[in-house]
Amino acid sequence: MKSRNFKSLLTLGLLSSLTLAACGADEGSDTASSSGSKEDYSIIMVTDVGGVDDKSFNQSAWEGMEAWGEEHGLEKGPDGYNYIQSDEDSQFVTNLNTAVNNNFDLIFGIGFKLQPAMTDVAAQKPDQKFVIIDDQIKADNVASVLFKDHEAAFLAGVAAAETTETDHVGFIGGQESAVIDRFEAGFVAGVKQVNPDIKIDVEYAGSFGDAALGKQLAAAMYSSGADIIYHASGDTGNGVFSEAIDRMNSNPDQKLWVIGVDRDQTAEGEYDGGNLTLTSTLKGVGQAVQDIANASMEGNFPGGEVSNFGLAEDSVGITDGALSEDVIKSVEDYKQQIIDGDITVPEAP
Amino acid sequence: MTNRKDTLNNLLVPLLSVVMGFVLGAIIMVIFGYNPIDGYSAMINGAFGSSFYIGETLRQATPLILTALGFSVAYNAGFFNIGVAGQALLGWLCSVWVANIFSDLPGLILLPLSILGGVLAGALWAGIAGFLRAYFNTSEVIVTIMLNYTALYTTNYLIRNVLTDSADATPRISEGASLRAGWLTELTSNSTLHAGIFISLAMAIIVWFLMKKTTSGFEIRTVGLNPSAAEYAGMSSKRTIIISMLISGGLAGLGGVMEGLGNFQNIFTQGAMPTIGFDGMAVALLGLSNPVGIIFSAILFGALKIGGNSMPMISGVPTEVVDIVIASIIFFVGANYLIRYFIDKRARVNKGGVK
Repeated sequence: MKSRNFKSLLTLGLLSSLTLAACGADEGSDTASSSGSKEDYSIIMVTDVGGVDDKSFNQSAWEGMEAWGEEHGLEKGPDGYNYIQSDEDSQFVTNLNTAVNNNFDLIFGIGFKLQPAMTDVAAQKPDQKFVIIDDQIKADNVASVLFKDHEAAFLAGVAAAETTETDHVGFIGGQESAVIDRFEAGFVAGVKQVNPDIKIDVEYAGSFGDAALGKQLAAAMYSSGADIIYHASGDTGNGVFSEAIDRMNSNPDQKLWVIGVDRDQTAEGEYDGGNLTLTSTLKGVGQAVQDIANASMEGNFPGGEVSNFGLAEDSVGITDGALSEDVIKSVEDYKQQIIDGDITVPEAP
Repeated sequence: MTNRKDTLNNLLVPLLSVVMGFVLGAIIMVIFGYNPIDGYSAMINGAFGSSFYIGETLRQATPLILTALGFSVAYNAGFFNIGVAGQALLGWLCSVWVANIFSDLPGLILLPLSILGGVLAGALWAGIAGFLRAYFNTSEVIVTIMLNYTALYTTNYLIRNVLTDSADATPRISEGASLRAGWLTELTSNSTLHAGIFISLAMAIIVWFLMKKTTSGFEIRTVGLNPSAAEYAGMSSKRTIIISMLISGGLAGLGGVMEGLGNFQNIFTQGAMPTIGFDGMAVALLGLSNPVGIIFSAILFGALKIGGNSMPMISGVPTEVVDIVIASIIFFVGANYLIRYFIDKRARVNKGGVK
């Protein structure tokens, strides 16, 4: 029995190595032909965990790339703009290198999760230009882009505090992290600014991709009396919308709201009796992507610089959505105070 | 004669399941209007096309070999250790933790110490399930599944509150604790391949020796085949259960160490269980729970993952279809286990008739 198993394994091993060797040999010719010369500028983004259809962060970056492509008459593909989706953290280094190997002029890393991987790859490829969104990398070939998410979240807090009828609102975060801390801190500060007595539930899903858990957390918050939930949780937030829609459909007399994140999420709030997206905080990721791509194309790549975009730069903000006239006026008022520096919004809870 | 037939079956079933997986994947690509030859050549190119990709494929295979070995030890003893993912995560956590606490020690002491920390963490975590199984006859499947969640949330809590001051990731480990080796990085044009691959291969040999050549290994296999007979023959099944779970968890923990000290050089908050756990189980099943088979199936899995990343870029096959292709291959690996089960059952009936 012993020798039989060993023999079978040996054969398996030999066969596999032969197959692998054959595959390897096949491929040599392919690599040479796939890299061609190009005159046009090409850009590519590597997503953090999630696709370019996450209705949130990655999607807004991708929309910026599509807008850039349209502006210059370029197509999705190896010579225009493209994306590589990461499904887990261990793929970041591979994906960034794949982007480098395919001769893209500018490589975007969408999200703080790519920071360590991009730091390494950028150091190994000093001639390649990189952009990191939502984090910083100190290197001459990397441009860092930060957003003052807390300023937009503050305005969302103001809007929620002035709209709530139960004096009870909720916040659902994705993964606990420095970026989502900004959203939470800003939102809480905004609510407290208007009325310190409003109760705020804060929960984290631990993931940006768990819509089922988002639905559960939202159910618990709505059941305990909250009538507005602000989510900063990517795909997880789609569960929050789904729960609110279910509740509004079964009992149209109550009034529940969701505040969207990163892009205008009005479409996600559609239900039979109207729309329950109160407003959405905006994060100009797409615009930033487009601007930096254009600047680099003209030879003005902001390498080594850290851009910090906030309300003053009009890079973050909130939509009017379903807000009442009074609330919009009040939000504008606070916005001006933040821009003038009269109010400083905290970055950490 | 039956022996030769068995050998053929042993070999054919896993190879066929891989081939069938690739064929189904090709059919799916055709249905969605993509050229499967382009798709697969992009995949193979993306896994073995350059020294960088070969390095990445081997790096992906490194922890898989260890988690698969871990799963196979418990499997040989008759247990389904679903908890390899959780044990690997704790191994990852503790190796980085130890490396950060004692970062001033010279590498010669620090590296083995950090590795040991990870191995012990994985072993103890699996030992909980082993102990409960041995003394209270609880289902190790349910206990290890629950321990996976416990491991995930405990790890995230510790990273945020104990290892760091509410940051998402720990600082990088010091040079001394790293498994990265300059010559390997250079050889594979800056891939993340690290010296852990040698540890994995060495462990494969050690596990083979342990299971086939030592008394403990014999006891583990005997308990797996028939616990009552083992007890009757004077072996302590309680002791064997606990030992096999400790070894299983220790190997899984070592798989996590590869991520901590080799691949990532730190640990960060996780949104889900690390995939090396469940992929490791599939690798073990495809590799027939045998160390040599595991090495090759781990490399296959590494190639699928790393090569799959290149498919959307090069051939235009969307990521979702790539995932379906990979899943269909894994599906046939699972089906292989079912097919094998039925073949074995039939063979056993036939054999019984002859003897």
